[in-house]
Amino acid sequence: MADPLLQVRNLVVEFPTRRGTLTAVDNISFDIAEGEVLGVVGESGAGKSLTGAAIIGLLEPPGRVGAGEILLEGRRIDNLPYEQMRRIRGRQIGAIFQDPLTSLNPLYSVGRQLTETIMTHTDMTPTKARDRAIELLTEVGIPAPTRRVDQYPHQFSGGMRQRVVIALALAVNPRLVVADEPTTALDVSIQAQIIALLKKLCREHGTAIMLVTHDMGVIAETADRVAVMYAGRIAEIGPVREVIKNAKHPYTHGLMGSIPAVGHDAERLEQIPGSMPRLTDIPQGCAFNPRCPQAHERCFRDRPEPLPVEDSRVACWLYNEANALSYEDAKRAVAAKEQVSEAQLEEQTNV
Amino acid sequence: MSEAPVSDVAEKAPARTDGRFGHAMLKVQGLKRYFDVSAPWLNRVLEKQPKQILKAVDGIDFEIARGETFGLVGESGCGKSTVARLIVGLYGPTDGSITLEGNNIAGLSRKEMAPMRRRLQMIFQDPYASLNPRWRVRDIIAEPIRAFNLTSGNTETAERVAELLNFVGLNPRDGEKFPHEFSGGQRQRISIARALASKPEFLVCDEPTSALDVSVQAQILNLMKDLQREFALTYLFISHNLAVVYHISDRVGVMYLGKLVEVAPSKTLFSTPRHPYTRMLLDTIPDLDMTGRERMPVGGEVPNPITPPPGCAFHPRCPFANDRCKSEAPQPIAVDGGALVACHGVEEGRVPQGPILATPAKPDGLATSVHE
Repeated sequence: MADPLLQVRNLVVEFPTRRGTLTAVDNISFDIAEGEVLGVVGESGAGKSLTGAAIIGLLEPPGRVGAGEILLEGRRIDNLPYEQMRRIRGRQIGAIFQDPLTSLNPLYSVGRQLTETIMTHTDMTPTKARDRAIELLTEVGIPAPTRRVDQYPHQFSGGMRQRVVIALALAVNPRLVVADEPTTALDVSIQAQIIALLKKLCREHGTAIMLVTHDMGVIAETADRVAVMYAGRIAEIGPVREVIKNAKHPYTHGLMGSIPAVGHDAERLEQIPGSMPRLTDIPQGCAFNPRCPQAHERCFRDRPEPLPVEDSRVACWLYNEANALSYEDAKRAVAAKEQVSEAQLEEQTNV
Repeated sequence: MSEAPVSDVAEKAPARTDGRFGHAMLKVQGLKRYFDVSAPWLNRVLEKQPKQILKAVDGIDFEIARGETFGLVGESGCGKSTVARLIVGLYGPTDGSITLEGNNIAGLSRKEMAPMRRRLQMIFQDPYASLNPRWRVRDIIAEPIRAFNLTSGNTETAERVAELLNFVGLNPRDGEKFPHEFSGGQRQRISIARALASKPEFLVCDEPTSALDVSVQAQILNLMKDLQREFALTYLFISHNLAVVYHISDRVGVMYLGKLVEVAPSKTLFSTPRHPYTRMLLDTIPDLDMTGRERMPVGGEVPNPITPPPGCAFHPRCPFANDRCKSEAPQPIAVDGGALVACHGVEEGRVPQGPILATPAKPDGLATSVHE
């Protein structure tokens, strides 16, 4: 296959402050292939939304792309002037945000917002654009679209509004959709509907999705690959099945254990002690080291880079030193190695 | 506001506890709360509109035994938070009774409620909005202690605050800080410490982990379980997250449009759900085991609670609905496994049993599928 649709290379997002520059996204790289759904998970503050915002060129100042590059179909888009970027946004990259009420203009009818988007990016006539708007509303499953098209956002329920936002994002068949927590504000039953809809549309249109969420369940159902972010870095990225069923990074491992599941009877949930470090005091070495049950000397000294382990890439010294394929293996191998070195140390002291 | 008809509560079987726990600590009977959401009087007269009544909670019964965790689930707008507020006395009920250890606490005046309030505390959903940003944490936690005169002096209060901070896994020195210095999970710990300050027996938890990340949620849920064991607390735990409710609850009630449609021991409810709504709700749980199963999205949305459908409120979304469901509201009936189900279909045996929904196609083409 040719170049991936989207390439993110060594992206750094930073916020200049009076007390120095805060690095919120710290040197991350990933690709999204055509028609692929990449899930991005992490706790609040892990930098997942900022990565999405950097890609669609909507970083709120003073936030800025500090280094690295973003390429869409091989063309650099992170340094484009505002007008050019605006044309790409909508035409080639669509965006879906968390809160469907704030992403629609309450003063314009739904139809007007859709036709405006369509006419900005294509040369359709107003009548044709309106027909297309109705077609889009039908496609996202809004009943009675010919009547609904002239209604205002407040006349729609939350789930219906999110459908309208999806219709807006897909209006001119973009190649990539960045969906930032698209189902978080919705009820569970509506959530399932929206996920099913997103999946269906992407299959039909061949659109790639970058799905940013903190909900592992949504990722498990939707994504092809997952990137797990922690403190602005990618801890682990790989096929969804691998990451969920066979988590390699100790953070992913803890994260998966902390999710309560129906049918899974445990008196206590697995918990990761402590909380994610603030941007102002990210520890040296691996950012996860203060909370990691497997941290050893090297983790406190050097920062691990994501390196291939089976089909995934994992940023963890456990794998680098043990050459293991699973978290359990890595744990055992490192423990064994430490025992050996302790024995050697004893021998040396004895001699 | 109380002009709504007071319907006689027919001989409903009360939601019994399943015997593993002691006697009922909290008993709720025929609880109703209606809100008047009419347009202003002048508009109503000019536009000849009738009064509009929102039946947020429309006649529910349940019991919670001492030491038990009762989970309440439902989608937004089903009235579960209203139930929480009714129980702690933030709203007065339109009708019905709430008894705590035999004492009626529904619709008491502030003064009458005061001694009860010490025993009954609440943890709110949003840890950012429920702590006063201008108070130090030690004052936030000490407020219930001072309000109920539980200590003899400031030194004792300070000791008690330090002890409470320890219980919830914070450092006693954190008492000097302000809420903004803490993360969401830590703030929720502060909320829990405040709720525990008056040595309550019953805690109403309204979505206590919904605003938190999963890893922090696990910490808070574990903490709540530990505290329950240590202080013999009874919880009413409200959440829309079914997996969380499964994890923490002994019994679960499912609400839909102001009514309880099913009450059952947690295990029973999740292994053999009876009500069609419960089954649909369970079907929406994302499948982390990656069995490749297609989820069946629930068709439709929760109807407007101001004009709920007649008969069983769920009938427009129910694949088993017939004419009786459209006209007659179902009453809860006891079924085996200690469950109470309000469904004509279950009562008549029309709804096939079993956890998996294998439904006949609905005439209007509601998306259904047979899986696994």
